[in-house]
Amino acid sequence: MSSPLYDNYLKVQRRRLRLIALSRISLLVLFLMLWELAAKWKWIDSMLTSKPSLLLSSFRELAFEGSLLRHTWISGLETLVGIVISMLLGTAIAVLFWWSTFASNVLEPYIVVLNALPKVALGPIFYIWLGDRYSIYGMAVAISIIVTIIMVESGFREISRTKLKLMESFGATRFQMLRMVLLPASVPHFIATLKVNVGLTLVGVVMGEFLSSKAGLGYLIIYGGQVFQMNLVMVSIMMLALLSVILYGFVNVLERFARKKYNYEA
Amino acid sequence: MAQIELKDVGLSYFTLKQETEALRDINLSIGQGEFISIVGPSGCGKSTLLSLISGMLKPTQGKILIDGHEVSGVSPKVGYMLQHDHLFEWRDVLSNLLVGAEIRKMDRGKAKRKAMDLLERYGLGDFAYHGPSQLSGGMRQRVALIRTLVAEPDILLLDEPFSALDYQTRLTLSEEVFQIMKDQGKTAVLVTHDLSEAISMADRVMVMSQRPSTISSVYDIRFDEGDDLSPWKKREAGRYKIYFNAIWKELEEHVVPSV
Repeated sequence: MSSPLYDNYLKVQRRRLRLIALSRISLLVLFLMLWELAAKWKWIDSMLTSKPSLLLSSFRELAFEGSLLRHTWISGLETLVGIVISMLLGTAIAVLFWWSTFASNVLEPYIVVLNALPKVALGPIFYIWLGDRYSIYGMAVAISIIVTIIMVESGFREISRTKLKLMESFGATRFQMLRMVLLPASVPHFIATLKVNVGLTLVGVVMGEFLSSKAGLGYLIIYGGQVFQMNLVMVSIMMLALLSVILYGFVNVLERFARKKYNYEA
Repeated sequence: MAQIELKDVGLSYFTLKQETEALRDINLSIGQGEFISIVGPSGCGKSTLLSLISGMLKPTQGKILIDGHEVSGVSPKVGYMLQHDHLFEWRDVLSNLLVGAEIRKMDRGKAKRKAMDLLERYGLGDFAYHGPSQLSGGMRQRVALIRTLVAEPDILLLDEPFSALDYQTRLTLSEEVFQIMKDQGKTAVLVTHDLSEAISMADRVMVMSQRPSTISSVYDIRFDEGDDLSPWKKREAGRYKIYFNAIWKELEEHVVPSV
């Protein structure tokens, strides 16, 4: 059916995609090999840098007899809870701002200041108020909620005023506008916010664990640093990377589902 | 009795810097089943007038009556059609049509039957379960009109409903909308920039002046060829050019020369 010219075009494109995938993998392999060999030939001190083979064996050790997976699970769960809380709370506050221009005008400068404030500085306060366990949620939510409010609110603002005028022409109440237009129209913004929040909440969780906790990957990293166990630190960081990949993948699945359901383009 | 009545209606906008008088001393009465066009220079408050009739805005002076009752808030008797269709992408065509019915908490089954019936009648029967993005501009605007009709208004306010369409679609659609209005026996008020659209669709054309606007004149559109002409036929009728030139000339006087 298709012309030879088109076949050729497809072939070139496919080759390009394959090349990209291949290059990605080889970059990682090359990096690991270089690391391993550099440690082996004493270009670098493996006491300070560890090395891939050592990482693998300590991963096996930690995963099967240690509690690495438990710590990863704890951090993952904390991140998930943090994301859910800050999405719900942030959206609720954004809705409040939309509902009441007065509240929005009054609170705007506070939001600006809170956004600029380094949330890490609040760590001791959370620790004292919430205890070692819940202060982690405090930190995770503190870091991601302001951005959630700002992003969701700007999404609300982007919805054309005439769509709301249309609703008004049918005599819609504000609650109907919210339910029938604002929330469904904001689905792309919710997904974008979620993507940002995966990263931010993870920062919050690790930060919180650094400061106070007795479990989680952040705790393992700090602990590993204190007892000069570079293997432990590196393995924990790898698990952290893995965790963020999984969470990000989760959001992508959600996005594909939402795009089908709400029929929007990326 | 007139269905829509405006008595000494005036409207001013207030901002911290100034007060702007948009409309002044508007007196108008529109009968049941009548088709009125409103033309006027840009920014003269034509759309504002529609918002007043619909009850979305309150006049600062005078009163507006629909069927003898003063307008307070949006009335279910009035349907509003905007320049853009504003179909919701997250709903298919059918559930877009039910938006008005849903807001007004009308019987869902009945509204659905009516929507399907109108879709069928106006040639969109096959598209009930399509997404809005799969329709052309003209089809989308027809869906928007049906959405307004499903809510069963007696009065339709049309705010430049064709201006976002290409010329060809515009001509066809204005022809169709005219037929639909007559077919359904609705009262219609059309705001437009397009003189030929205004003359060919309406029973009366109202000309508005520059701000603070008021109605500067009203033209009764009558043709020797008969009373039941379609917009297309009216464009070809003998008096069409005379109306066009007269209104054109009047509009030119209202526009402040910019050179």
